[in-house]
Amino acid sequence: MTGFPRDQWYVAAYGSEIEHDLFSRTVCGEPILFWRTRGGAVTAMPDRCVHRRFPLSQAPSRLVDDQVVCGYHGFTYDAGGRCVAVPGQTRIPRTARLLPYPVVEQDSFVWVFIGDPEKADAARIPRAPWLVAPDYTTVCGMEPLQARYSLLVDNLLDLSHETYLHGGYIGTPEVASTPITTEVDEDAGIIYVSRHMDDAECPPFYSKSTGLEGRIARWQDIEYTPPCLYKLHSRIAPVGSTPNPDGTDPDAFHVEVVYAITPETETSTHDFWAVARDFALGDEEVSAFLAESNRTVVLQDVVALNVLEQVIASEPEGYQELSINIDTGGLAARRMLGRLCEPA
Amino acid sequence: MNALTGERVNRVHWVPGTDRLRATCHCAAEREFEGPVELWDWLLAHPAGHTP
Repeated sequence: MTGFPRDQWYVAAYGSEIEHDLFSRTVCGEPILFWRTRGGAVTAMPDRCVHRRFPLSQAPSRLVDDQVVCGYHGFTYDAGGRCVAVPGQTRIPRTARLLPYPVVEQDSFVWVFIGDPEKADAARIPRAPWLVAPDYTTVCGMEPLQARYSLLVDNLLDLSHETYLHGGYIGTPEVASTPITTEVDEDAGIIYVSRHMDDAECPPFYSKSTGLEGRIARWQDIEYTPPCLYKLHSRIAPVGSTPNPDGTDPDAFHVEVVYAITPETETSTHDFWAVARDFALGDEEVSAFLAESNRTVVLQDVVALNVLEQVIASEPEGYQELSINIDTGGLAARRMLGRLCEPA
Repeated sequence: MNALTGERVNRVHWVPGTDRLRATCHCAAEREFEGPVELWDWLLAHPAGHTP
């Protein structure tokens, strides 16, 4: 599969990354310039001057109030991408305009719409409310991945790899040995993969953060809305504990592990990760432990996937992979992404 | 227990105690498979081959 799903929302940044300063990030091969206006809104427009393509995020380009001045010849654009000044003449060419990207700041993320702006419907952006909820505490980060985004989708849709790649952190023998259930809502565009381990070893990631020792019930429920947002609803509880019929679950610890999988180029990806928990709220020691542990896990994936990208780059075309039962969710994701990549 | 409740949901269950997968189409057709590749070929071919 090549290319990116277009007419889709992608996470471009955390809101906390965008200040009143020029900020550039490439999404789906498109370099985008951001800044936060004096009024607090996030702008998004192409990071290329219409004149000679000079990147507007590149010094000596600079932000003056809410206008960006190109550092090459001085073309000046307002927060809406309209050119308001060109050098040496008063007439501003009609085509001197940067087409702004639809942008929405939601659930701590800055989302941009890649494709036809007329098709941008903010109601279609999947939600991750825990990341900003007062009854959760969140740690987060972003790691650059030198691999195509589909490799990260494969990785996250099949968590049996935790047993082998992340042993000592989140991997235990039960993850790879417990059967999964896969559901796909073809209309809503959701892939859901459940692995409920009712009597499992507690990995250090959870024993040190929750205080639970020995055997636990560990539920992993993946909810992926292609192309970008991935959520792992993780439930950790004493063996034998189940949620009440009314949905309350007082004996359990809940962790929402959220990834935003944003293609940068055909062979590189922005790997946004966040871990939100409903226990030890505000406990800085637990936050530091979970942040460090999850980043370590993410980097273990990054190393493996970077190697895979190199393997793919050096192999002849037509290599035939082998897929087994654990790949049921990953294959569903590939097929849905494939359909999203098809021209409308 | 089903997590997704839409009208067009395909489901795959790992048959307990076996290495087989049971596919259930949103049209209620069911079939068992030994691997996920053929399984998705069949599910996504709906309605072809999905007679009750």
